Amino acid sequence: MSLLHDAFARAKSENRAALIAYLPAGYPSEDGAVECIAAMVEGGVDIVEIGFPYSDPVMDGPTIQDAVNISLEGGTKSATVISTVKRVAELGVPALVMSYWNPIERYGIDSFAADFHSVGGVGVITPDLTPEEADDWISATDSNDVDRVFLVALSSSDERIAKVANATTGFIYAGAVMGVTGARTSISDAIEGLVAKVRRHSDLPVAVGLGVSTPEQAHEIAQYADGVIVGSAFVTAIKQDGAAGAKALAQALSKGLAR
Amino acid sequence: MTANDVVSVPDLRGHFGKFGGRFVPEALMAALDELDEAFRKASVDPSFLKQLRDLQVNYTGRPSPITEAKRFSEHAGGATILLKREDLNHTGSHKINNVLGQGLLTQRMGKTRVIAETGAGQHGVATATVAALLGLECVVYMGEEDTKRQALNVARMKLLGATVVPVTIGSRTLKDAINEAMRDWVANVETTHYMLGTVAGPAPFPEMVRDFHRIIGDESREQMLSRYGRLPDVVAACVGGGSNAIGIFTAFIPDTNVRLLGLEAGGDGIETGRHASTIVGGAVGVLHGARSYIMQDDDGQTIESHSISAGLDYPSVGPEHAYLADIGRAEYRSVTDVEAMNAFKLLCETEGIIPAIETAHALAGAIEIGKELGEGAIILINLSGRGDKDVETAAKYFGMNI
Repeated sequence: MSLLHDAFARAKSENRAALIAYLPAGYPSEDGAVECIAAMVEGGVDIVEIGFPYSDPVMDGPTIQDAVNISLEGGTKSATVISTVKRVAELGVPALVMSYWNPIERYGIDSFAADFHSVGGVGVITPDLTPEEADDWISATDSNDVDRVFLVALSSSDERIAKVANATTGFIYAGAVMGVTGARTSISDAIEGLVAKVRRHSDLPVAVGLGVSTPEQAHEIAQYADGVIVGSAFVTAIKQDGAAGAKALAQALSKGLAR
Repeated sequence: MTANDVVSVPDLRGHFGKFGGRFVPEALMAALDELDEAFRKASVDPSFLKQLRDLQVNYTGRPSPITEAKRFSEHAGGATILLKREDLNHTGSHKINNVLGQGLLTQRMGKTRVIAETGAGQHGVATATVAALLGLECVVYMGEEDTKRQALNVARMKLLGATVVPVTIGSRTLKDAINEAMRDWVANVETTHYMLGTVAGPAPFPEMVRDFHRIIGDESREQMLSRYGRLPDVVAACVGGGSNAIGIFTAFIPDTNVRLLGLEAGGDGIETGRHASTIVGGAVGVLHGARSYIMQDDDGQTIESHSISAGLDYPSVGPEHAYLADIGRAEYRSVTDVEAMNAFKLLCETEGIIPAIETAHALAGAIEIGKELGEGAIILINLSGRGDKDVETAAKYFGMNI
């Protein structure tokens, strides 16, 4: 847990937001993903989210859907995700997994938390699991020292924000748009208000993602949030220029993080 | 198990035993809460119930009759086969029952746009129909594969003023149409109601859709008592997501002497792996917002289902069916494409009724259980839909030139 905490603390001490990058395991290949993530870290990424590729990604737009399909067709399995976490953790950067719920349930809730922790993973983001259905997950993550990240949305009531804040450890993920993942030309003004609401219920860092792709957007978000999450834009950069593209995007985004 | 244990499901959070619940993005939680509240209020609001009743009688044409299939019964071991004629409803299937209810709820929630997924096109047609009736904008997501299999229904939806969006990702069938509808809903939830077409999905859908369809069983039970002076020995229906089956089962659940039989699509046969029998051949998992039996591999990836019937070609099943199977109140069997098509032809030729291929799975199951029970047994089948939409598929299957 302390690795994740340290990453946010370090960014704060440098008067900036932390940069959090998402990439599905196995995209563009098993080794290619690790190589790209290493380049992203060199370019300034503070925290890495490794996507657990899933056949029915209802929260994802076309860019990540395509990446996930390539990964699954390339033979990505649960074991690939765990080994990717291990290799990313060895880079010395906090490694999280972002996964739809069924692959974790199928793996075995306790086994997943235990195996994930044993290879150096620090936290798991579950976009289609809300605290209401998470009793087993909460005990598994508690007993295996794994952070669990739930999401808040622009549509969340104060009551729900309190519930999510209460169940979350590590950081709180605030969705910047109502909709699926993928670059947007503009993000809603309402997200700043959502982050402010979250802060009334929690002292945890708040990171903003969904639709965020440019240094300008990162700069805007960095003024009020603790972390900026970028996913689809990295997939697109890698599709175009591989690891070099990922590194260049990380560098560009890093310049936008200052307060 | 007592009857009360069964009828008290789901719990307040939509759980049928260990099944059901809500596994959705946080962004949808507010909409599901809003829907839940609107549904609960409407359920006890006399003006809503009167409005719905009026449409059921004067628009759909309820009650639907029960037809005794005398010549068909001769092929079913001498058991008496009765057909609950949901195919005679306006739009040609049971699906209208649910969309009328959800359409009225959409208006009560002040939303102006509805979206829906469809497999065979029956739910899409029903949704487009109600949208036209109530003046709502309508978008229907349909797997590209299914738009080809069910071209007639695509044309019907378009004539009714709906936009049909062919889904070209994944298996290009019902599962992927649901994924796309969910993506649309997350982005447009303020103005849009997702008119989910079966008893699956996150709470409150399984309970709400069941309640809008339970009229099938409520009517049947009364019709049985008044015409035959007894309840049937078996109530049978096909099960994809399971809406028509839950619709006819619900009234009979407390009658523990009545056997409930669900017929799943066996495709090429369970042993081939190419099927859509989730209860018979699947495992517990979470798909499309609920825990149920699903078709998945060792890594939790959904396995594509296979069936000649677009409406049953779905790798999950409504959570209440999973629950009824688990507690032993209902029994589920698998019917292959070949068995279903034989039953399809038999009903055409013995009764002058062309059933939907979905429904033909229930007919095949009736033949089998009729032979097991023999003379004197009464088997009530939900004839959930008519087969006009399947004429091309059937003609091709039987090698006819049309």
